Amino acid sequence: MKHEEKVKLAIAGGLIGLAAVVLTAFGNPGNMGFCIACFLRDTAGAMHLHNAAIVQYVRPEIIGIVLGSFALGVIRKDFKPRGGSSPVLRFVIGFIVMLGALVFLGCPLRMVLRLAGGDLNALVALFGFIAGIGVGCIFLSNGFSLGKAEKESSTEGVAFPALTVLLFILFMAVPSLFLFSETGPGSMHAPVALALLAGLAVGAAAERTRLCMAGGIRDIFLIKDFTLISGFIAIFAVTLIGNLITGSFHLGFTGQPVSHPMHLWNFLGMFAVGLGSVMLGGCPLRQLILAGEGSSDSAMAVFGMIAGAAFAHNFSLASTAEKGPGVNGKVALVAAIVILLAIATIVTMKKRREG
Amino acid sequence: MKELDTSGFSCPEPVIMTKKALKESPEGLTVIVDNRASKENVTRYATALGYKVKTEEGSGNWHLMISK
Repeated sequence: MKHEEKVKLAIAGGLIGLAAVVLTAFGNPGNMGFCIACFLRDTAGAMHLHNAAIVQYVRPEIIGIVLGSFALGVIRKDFKPRGGSSPVLRFVIGFIVMLGALVFLGCPLRMVLRLAGGDLNALVALFGFIAGIGVGCIFLSNGFSLGKAEKESSTEGVAFPALTVLLFILFMAVPSLFLFSETGPGSMHAPVALALLAGLAVGAAAERTRLCMAGGIRDIFLIKDFTLISGFIAIFAVTLIGNLITGSFHLGFTGQPVSHPMHLWNFLGMFAVGLGSVMLGGCPLRQLILAGEGSSDSAMAVFGMIAGAAFAHNFSLASTAEKGPGVNGKVALVAAIVILLAIATIVTMKKRREG
Repeated sequence: MKELDTSGFSCPEPVIMTKKALKESPEGLTVIVDNRASKENVTRYATALGYKVKTEEGSGNWHLMISK
């Protein structure tokens, strides 16, 4: 059974890698076939939630991922509406995860894609990500828990997938409602149908295999299990091969697409993402999948990420390509990490006292 | 046999709860899980430790009988 699961994860990872290479070839920004953080940020911008003109677009990949997970979840009876496990804390942690991702310029998934494109800044970030997950695992083994989720009505469970359908309908029928970038990463995108289809496939594959970027490393630390990490490795391998074939592989720290070489901030950005993801029980991709399966807790984390993206751009906290974060971004990220550690410490201490 | 109900908790928590419970009762126990991810993770964890896992499907949950 163990071997079979690894094969499934490798296939799912390979599919995601392939989809990423194809989406990039058809118009998505470099090393950004998929990036959950960037795409939520672009979508927030399209909905007028922030005014960074270069990152505004309704990304059909996000809608596809949620609906792919929802559809397969319903078919496989994995769709189970539930929630009530510290929703406000999840919102805050989601917010901080987004902040960390936007200082680094990518979610864990894009970190792997950047690595496979030869962007060595992603390697620095990977060390930060692993460190964050390591710290998160220490809290988990000492009793950290956001608490029990309760069953909820199917209306509550369907609400989030339904919102994405509504967004897609409005995007298609009344595009004038939204803001669309004319230059920059937001202006670069694959055709809508292709992006939606790729999202659906990835959503279904990730639902089926529970693929999670943070989970892979977490399981190694926590229970010495190497199953989930195989998806991570497959994404890297397939994307690397794809990049070599399409000539998109460029090894180095500088001149990388949507990237900056400020090592400390790449490290700390992904440290926050790693720690936050462990606290939430999964990386940003996994949060979308769980929200599709009816978890209103994960939907709250996604709303937190959307709010985080809006704040990050409205208050100049996000990094700019090549230059990295400004003073605002550096102060905000350090404060965010302190808040994250405070939440983890307080929750863990309370749980220990309860026994 | 000792019973551990992990309903409402999502992974990795059920695995950590199982890990702790197995330390207290190393001869085995029954773990109740209410989602497929946890079912597979707990099963994988217990199998890796050399336990046998028998699964019974309940209404909306699974009973995992973990024994030596």
